[in-house]
Amino acid sequence: MALEVTFSDKTFDNKRRKPEEFSEIALEIRRDIIKSLYLAKSGHSGGTLGTSDIFSVLFFGGVMKYNPKKPDWNERDRFVLSAGHLCPVLYSTLARAGYYSTEELYRLRKYGSRLQGHPGFDMKLPGIESSTGSLGQGISIAVGMAMSDKLVDKNNRRVFALTGDGEVEEGVVWEAAMAAGNYKLDNLCWILDNNDCQIDGRVKDVMSIYPVDKKFEAFRFDVINIDGHNYTEIINAFNKFISNNESKIGKPTVIIAKTIMGKGVSFMEDKYIWHGNPPNEEQAKIALEELM
Amino acid sequence: MNEIKLLGKKPTRHGFGEGLVVLGEKYDNVIVLGGDITGSVMTSYFQERFPERFFSIGVAEQNATTIAAGFALSGKIAFFASYSAFSAFRNADQLRISIAYNDVNVKIGGGHSGITVGPDGATHQALEEISFVRTLPNMTLVVPCDYLETKKATIAIGEKFGPCFIRFGRSAVPMFTTDETPFEIGKANILREGKDVAIVACGLLVWEALLAAEELSKKGINARVINNHTIKPIDVETLVNAARDCGCIVTAEEHQVHGGLGGAVAEVIVKNYPVPMEFVGVRDKFGCSGEPEELMVKFGLTWKEIYASALKAIERKDKGFIGLRQVKDVEDYKE
Repeated sequence: MALEVTFSDKTFDNKRRKPEEFSEIALEIRRDIIKSLYLAKSGHSGGTLGTSDIFSVLFFGGVMKYNPKKPDWNERDRFVLSAGHLCPVLYSTLARAGYYSTEELYRLRKYGSRLQGHPGFDMKLPGIESSTGSLGQGISIAVGMAMSDKLVDKNNRRVFALTGDGEVEEGVVWEAAMAAGNYKLDNLCWILDNNDCQIDGRVKDVMSIYPVDKKFEAFRFDVINIDGHNYTEIINAFNKFISNNESKIGKPTVIIAKTIMGKGVSFMEDKYIWHGNPPNEEQAKIALEELM
Repeated sequence: MNEIKLLGKKPTRHGFGEGLVVLGEKYDNVIVLGGDITGSVMTSYFQERFPERFFSIGVAEQNATTIAAGFALSGKIAFFASYSAFSAFRNADQLRISIAYNDVNVKIGGGHSGITVGPDGATHQALEEISFVRTLPNMTLVVPCDYLETKKATIAIGEKFGPCFIRFGRSAVPMFTTDETPFEIGKANILREGKDVAIVACGLLVWEALLAAEELSKKGINARVINNHTIKPIDVETLVNAARDCGCIVTAEEHQVHGGLGGAVAEVIVKNYPVPMEFVGVRDKFGCSGEPEELMVKFGLTWKEIYASALKAIERKDKGFIGLRQVKDVEDYKE
């Protein structure tokens, strides 16, 4: 029987929640990812599934300040997806937050869609703060935003950005880290999705980034290591960042989240070949059954 | 229009630095990023005047370019300047994605451009950035001709929303525009009227074009001299009128002949009003160390090459050769 894809119109509020309340949200996001990538017939399954728990807490746990009805609200916190290829998880998250209809998820990567293969600022999709996809640029943009907020406007806004672990092989990432430490950007929260997978293999085999926590410490970051699928640890990490920010610790925060590529779909878990591939019909069916 | 006079010499980069200060006084949201060579590209003027709006990023041009995008996405008019070798090429990917594709209000200064950087040699003599920058969608590209025009152009790009690149140089070059000389982005200036040949130039080759026109006039040839300071968006109307009125065109630039001003003009002319064209510029070579003036001679960037090319273009026009090169080499026309 052919797979019929439908997206519910369910949305979630952004509020403080108990850890166990996030699993329902993360499941919804993971289902969206499988469905939209199946329809798109291309795209990145692994890292999107692997970061779904982090996105659930960040956008629906009262961490970020935003208003989906006023995406340009000038007091909002900003999120920059430096790992632009992970956009299916962001597109689902923004739709579930109410920025736009989940109807748009049917048309990921299609001609005329605002859901570009990598985020395109020209599409004016609400909630997208910049074009990203050329690795290393988004985090540097986030540093610029945080500098503007902290050093020029002197406001209370926060900037969140997520990079992959293969991404930090890009040299400009460390230029950005150097500037963040230099300017004491305690309004910047850098999330490192550390699944140890990239297109060609294990990060440690393609080009080792380790010890990555020590590198960030050397660049004057407050480093928080967590299990990126443990809601309590994710919540605590964001709380620590917020307290760093409120107490003006004078350091940027990096959350190094150990994650499992393809988390939630048994045959994708921890397999780097799923970095840049979508599920076919059969695989999508199995995945959606597992994500019930 | 023969009242154009040499008013002395001054580096164009001073115009950039002074223009930034004017912008800083006028707009609270102008910020400037430094790349360690602030005293060379004269962002130091802004730094001294507005230290709270100046941020040093160090020797990190890729990061500075994207940080500028972050400031622009936060409502700022963000300037970053370095040597063109680094602010157009080291950061090429950043210019393409974070600045041009994002279509943000970032202004990039490309200083120490061209052969007249002089003794620093080929690594620092950017001769290719017009070609690269003008292919980027959303981008405005200006190459002003002297100190005062650089100041005006700096203010103008600051007041125009969107990605802009301004190219300027290191060494002291002739000043000949005045407060009265018009400057409008996208509107080329006709500095001298003529109907025998049109010389279209940018940057410091505009002055050489004026010298060439003066020499041509001694032979009874009236050359129209056009200061094409905006490479993008290019002034199609002025160029097509020049082709129609003069019947042949010479372009002149301190840049590779491939893909720069000459290429931009040729794209307009071929499509709208094909006439014989000749190109003065660096001929597919890297530069080398030397004094600016001797390098200008060595690489064929003086009024003499413009003069010879004008004679050649006129001969091709007169013989009806539009596409065929059945005329003698430029060398034969040199006096």
